[in-house]
Amino acid sequence: MWLFVHHKLAVGYHPMGLLSPSVSITRYQVQGRIDDPVLEHIAISLKKYAISEIDNDAAEKSCGWTSFEQPYNPDFEGSSYNFGTYLVFSLRIDKKSIPSKILKKHYAIEETKRLAESGRQFISRNEKKLVKEQILHFLSMRIPATPNIYDIVWNYEEGKLWFFTNLKAANEELETLFTESFKLSLIRYFPYTAADLADDLTDSERDRLNRISPVSFTG
Amino acid sequence: MLDIAIAYSRYRFLGNEYLTWLWYLIENNPKKLNHIDKKLTSLAIGNRMVLENSHREGLETITIKGDEAGLEEGILALKKGALVNEVNFLYTCGDQIWKFNLKGESLNISSLKTPETGKVETKEDIEGAVLERIFLYDNVVEFVEISFQIFIRKRLSDEWQTKVVPQVKEWLSNSK
Repeated sequence: MWLFVHHKLAVGYHPMGLLSPSVSITRYQVQGRIDDPVLEHIAISLKKYAISEIDNDAAEKSCGWTSFEQPYNPDFEGSSYNFGTYLVFSLRIDKKSIPSKILKKHYAIEETKRLAESGRQFISRNEKKLVKEQILHFLSMRIPATPNIYDIVWNYEEGKLWFFTNLKAANEELETLFTESFKLSLIRYFPYTAADLADDLTDSERDRLNRISPVSFTG
Repeated sequence: MLDIAIAYSRYRFLGNEYLTWLWYLIENNPKKLNHIDKKLTSLAIGNRMVLENSHREGLETITIKGDEAGLEEGILALKKGALVNEVNFLYTCGDQIWKFNLKGESLNISSLKTPETGKVETKEDIEGAVLERIFLYDNVVEFVEISFQIFIRKRLSDEWQTKVVPQVKEWLSNSK
């Protein structure tokens, strides 16, 4: 079983990945250009904003670029992310989720201990907050982060990018990180942007688009 | 350009009108679809359709699903003022079939299944497999992009009110 899992991971076969049997795609237009040499600049940005491991760290979340083929061991050397005319890499979002029952248990233990030590009957609101923060920190250091990997296909020349998930939160992370990493705008395709981005729309068509209202096929 | 969040909700109806128009073409003018996409052999409604009707009281959603499900309920919903919100399409090119869901408000593609591709067994197979998949996905993406562009040009023209809307109304009034 372990060998099977290892093999799947080795070939970039994550559940929501571009090689999976069923995919979801959110489409973007990339606006702006990167200075020459383009691939070198992209590689620098991918490395700079690569995912940081947060296991054994107090951070609850980490988000960054990773390799399509080696999502748990990012490597952007050479042409590892260059597939034909496409740039193929992934966004990885690692998140620690601490079950509320575990949090509650540790809080109750700590609260009982503090009350016994001080002889008080209650602890103050501020102290409660502090204890919760300390427990969260303590648990975050011990709980491993769950990784989620979403593949990306970027056709740099055509300014098109496909992101292989429709999840809102993942798309928002992509938009923020992409702009920060490459200093380019990412415009998500949906009815308004798809209409507005049509480069041959006349002024009168654009005017109609701004004033358009829903049609009725009844009556 | 408008604020993105405002533009998304203000124009979500355009995506629903687009899907309704595609359904109209499938039923009444499939040759137009071949004209839009030269590679296309046929486009058909698959096993799922969601329609939405906005009332003053709120939003009504009608879902039709199942491989053998008829679309009469969908026609009835259109007659009552609903529009198509999400569809599962079967896109056929030669003897190959792509299946995918398309959502009107976002134009997002989901559950996209391409014709069968070669198995990835070694690391050396990856690049070929990725390029093959990209090529196959592009058929559907290109179809959605081009057909939406054709829809929007029509939607922003006088022809929409004088020709398209009456044709859709006639289809609905002739459908049982």
